[in-house]
Amino acid sequence: MNFWRKFACAVLMLVFAVSLAATWLAPAGYAKQDRDATGAPPSREHWLGTDEIGRDRFARLLYGTRISLLLAPAAALVSTLLAAAIGGLAGYMGGAWARTAMAVTDLFLSLPWLFLLITVRAMLPLNVSPTFSVLVTFLLLGLLGWTAAARVLCASASSLRDSDFVRQARAAGIHGARLFWIHVLPNLKPVLYAQFWISIPAFILSEANLGILGLGVAEPLPSWGSLLKELEGIVSLGAEPWKLLPLALLVVVVTSFQLVLSRSHEAAA
Amino acid sequence: MLGRKIARHGLTLIATALLGGFLSATLVRVAPGLDADESTLDPHLSSQSIHALREHRAAQHNVFRFYLRSLQRVLHGDLGTSISLKQPVSRLLHDRIPLTFRMVSLGLLMGWAAVMALALSVACVRSPAYDLLATVLAGLLLCVPAAVLALLSVLWNVPGALAVALIIFPRDYRYARNLLDKAYSLQHIISARAKGLTEVRILFWHVIPVVGPQLLALAGVSVSLAVGAAIPVEALCGLAGIGQLAWQAALARDLPLLMNITVLVTIVTLLANSGADVIGHVWRGQRA
Amino acid sequence: MRQPREAPESWQLMMNFQKTIAILACCATFAANAAAQGQLRFCLRSEPKTFDPLKVEDDASAAIRYLTGGVLVRMNRQTQALEPGLATSWKVSKDSKQITFKLRSGVSFSDGTPFSTDDVAYTVQRLMDPALHSATGDAFRSGSGKVETQVISPTEISITFPAPVAGLDRQFDQVAILSAHSPKKEMAVLGPFMVADYKPGATVLLQRNPNYWKTDEQGRKLPHLDSIQLDIQPNRDVEVLRFKRNEIDLINSLDSEYFDKLASTSSSVVHDAGPSLDSEQMWFNEVAKAPIPAYKKKWFRSASFRRAISQAINRNDLARVVFRGHAQAAVGPISPANKFWFNSKLKSEACSPTAALQALQKEGFHLENATLKDTEGNEVVFSIITNSGNKYRERMATMIQEDLHKIGIRVNVVTLDFPSLIERMTQTFDYEAVLLGLTNVGLDPNDQMNVWLSSSENHQWNPAEKTPETPWEAEIDNLMRAQASASDAKKRKASFDRVQEIAVEQAPFIYLVNRNALSAVSANVQGAQPVILVPQTYWNVERLSVK
Repeated sequence: MNFWRKFACAVLMLVFAVSLAATWLAPAGYAKQDRDATGAPPSREHWLGTDEIGRDRFARLLYGTRISLLLAPAAALVSTLLAAAIGGLAGYMGGAWARTAMAVTDLFLSLPWLFLLITVRAMLPLNVSPTFSVLVTFLLLGLLGWTAAARVLCASASSLRDSDFVRQARAAGIHGARLFWIHVLPNLKPVLYAQFWISIPAFILSEANLGILGLGVAEPLPSWGSLLKELEGIVSLGAEPWKLLPLALLVVVVTSFQLVLSRSHEAAA
Repeated sequence: MLGRKIARHGLTLIATALLGGFLSATLVRVAPGLDADESTLDPHLSSQSIHALREHRAAQHNVFRFYLRSLQRVLHGDLGTSISLKQPVSRLLHDRIPLTFRMVSLGLLMGWAAVMALALSVACVRSPAYDLLATVLAGLLLCVPAAVLALLSVLWNVPGALAVALIIFPRDYRYARNLLDKAYSLQHIISARAKGLTEVRILFWHVIPVVGPQLLALAGVSVSLAVGAAIPVEALCGLAGIGQLAWQAALARDLPLLMNITVLVTIVTLLANSGADVIGHVWRGQRA
Repeated sequence: MRQPREAPESWQLMMNFQKTIAILACCATFAANAAAQGQLRFCLRSEPKTFDPLKVEDDASAAIRYLTGGVLVRMNRQTQALEPGLATSWKVSKDSKQITFKLRSGVSFSDGTPFSTDDVAYTVQRLMDPALHSATGDAFRSGSGKVETQVISPTEISITFPAPVAGLDRQFDQVAILSAHSPKKEMAVLGPFMVADYKPGATVLLQRNPNYWKTDEQGRKLPHLDSIQLDIQPNRDVEVLRFKRNEIDLINSLDSEYFDKLASTSSSVVHDAGPSLDSEQMWFNEVAKAPIPAYKKKWFRSASFRRAISQAINRNDLARVVFRGHAQAAVGPISPANKFWFNSKLKSEACSPTAALQALQKEGFHLENATLKDTEGNEVVFSIITNSGNKYRERMATMIQEDLHKIGIRVNVVTLDFPSLIERMTQTFDYEAVLLGLTNVGLDPNDQMNVWLSSSENHQWNPAEKTPETPWEAEIDNLMRAQASASDAKKRKASFDRVQEIAVEQAPFIYLVNRNALSAVSANVQGAQPVILVPQTYWNVERLSVK
């Protein structure tokens, strides 16, 4: 494993470990409201200041990391696997299968899924546990987020279908599922890794947006998405630069994921 | 052969657009809030008026009947009337399509120019530090909410198209970068390099032909991404385009408007992706 | 010595001609600059749904109606007194069923069509058409039957309603008169401005009405402004940004956090007119057929439970933290800003978690491991729904969650998109508690008739009751009807004072805060005097000018 990959793994583990240690590092918790110190700048008591109703930002960042760092990659994995299954298989099989799958994909890209999400919220009880609500949210994101990658995977798999090594494998008697899983799918990794990498921050941000539909992480639980939504008060960010820390942390985590997934650095080493 | 492919795509487009319209109407119908009208909360309204407002919306309850009536009207050039804005849908779309078209086209051009410039330079330069810098840049843009990018465009007085470009850039960059990276690792490229071919020749004669179809597919998908990005950009920048209209229609559960916008978006998505497919097919055919 | 030669005549003529051109050019530039400076710019927060003043149901359309509509009588938003408009005088009958207007003569619509009693009769008949379903018309609909208009003379008209209408004359402040004869229909107006251009989703441009009847004290024609540009901008961050950049001249209903930020750079541009008429409140679902567990219905239908919850909520903190001090703890259904109608004997509920817990314990609730349970052992858990996108309500709900946590109650805060929220509140009744606000445009409590009448669809906690389900609701029904039919203001006040007392005793609504009326007006605007009544900053638009 090259240096950069090791470094990236270490960063991810450190971030995760720090989030698990939230109980000790931020004993006040993420929900306690210090109403006499609302919107306060960083201080000894509140390392990253407080939010508009006096909750410690540092504690909320730590606790929010747990939820987002666990669930966003899980949802990204779901969407990547779906994209591989639908797009990859369609491209591999070609013909009417590919045309039908891609028409369905295009339809998926165009439909207003907002209303499906609203319907799901309506079906859930209002007093659903925050954990269940978060799980459902990320599952839905995973189930709906595969479409863009599926198209690219289909095109990639179509190209591979008639490539020399696949023809050789066929000539050697390898067909069907074995040919797909062992010879075609590994060559789709560049697109699969890209899909996975893009989905993580996309799902973290989407989770916050789903809050307007009643899904996502419910108050007072924090998430990176809800912390990043504060950036929409961009007019005041110049005077409160500490609000940018969740963004910086997410960039670090996302870059670390990319370094872990990247082949080029391994090849360079 | 090509003619048959184009004809097939054309039929698929029509069938999918029609299905898209019906499914979107169904989604809106099934979702809660279809009958909800904010004006019914006005304490001045009498009970009779409130009932009348609700009954007016109840006409949309039967999705099949609503959809068939809409199709009949479309055959006469009438796309229906928006419930929330009380204007003909055709006029609303006609007034707003040009702005969205300009913004999305310009955003796609700018975004793709940046994608190809950065992805190609990273692939050619082959510097880990440069690659890392590009990754951090793409990662940063990916982590900034689309709403914030839209607000930044207002703050800095730059066109909304730039916000659209910044939204699609990191997504397309990563795919393009990985595809090019994969292509550059192929045996024949390594051989070409070893034989002393210039980078430009390798790129245009040996790399682009390999990744062309996938990049075209990515370009096709980018169109729908850009149209999706137009929604927060237009809504926040106060631009009167299709994106803003779609958002208003969604909040108001404006079924006629939503259905027509979905059909429009489906057609645009299919045209873009079908175009990419057809060009990819020609490309592969020429290579073969 | 030689005498200096005089310039030839032709040269002098040319010089004079050039001077004249220069002077004219300066005048033209001055005039152009003066015209360009005479434009007021501000934002509408949503697309106007209609330009027909009788069909107004949203804030944006109401703003355009105020700016373009000519009314018979106009309430001065500052003094709150009724002033003559298109009517020079009026008389309301003792039974409040009839009103007679003497109209101003020599007035024309913006397209030159003369204004007459025909137009008033036409407007009233259209307004009272049951098929119109207009909120403005429904405000007059106190009983069934036809509305009669009678033209007494070319400048006098009387309008007779089938039943008494409380505050009859004041209601005409919202009725913009339409032309019965103009081919331009509702686009021919009598107000200070008229719609000149409309770009859907972008702007509405209003130009001064050249036929506007009003003049100022010096006899100059009003309005002073040449035009008003209304940009459609739903996002408040962008609105404030544009104000800071001098792209717009005023902001109505300014958010409290932006008030403080703008005040820190220039305190003269922001205005806090004090508590507004609006209130933020929450209520519990008391609908018998609501799809919620029976034990929860029992809690919510108990006045003691509701009062205890009210006692546990720290209203001062809500006003101080959420609204940054630009709000005050609410008392009841009427804001203290409504000086005549507010029941001054009522006081705001003091926050006391201890007292709240004691009150609940008297009802049989008990604490078990810091969790409150009812007599059957059910954990006291309920959800509060509110509309997403309103960060003040979201924060209030989170603070209430924390306040109730102190007495062992677990609250789930759920933000929903508005249509889903409305459907739950008004049709499926699938909710437990709601946090919303009430915007009061007028002072008269009769505007809230449909909130208090138990048979009404807008009787939020338990809509459309066939018969009043509790004695106190029956009492409120009687009191509201009594105040609606009384003509004596003192008698009306006595009835409505009692309604307010019952509202506080029974707490069907838990009133939280009355927000202050905050606004921002650019230093370029002259004549602005922001008030609490809508439209806050431009209520005297005809007298405003821009430097």
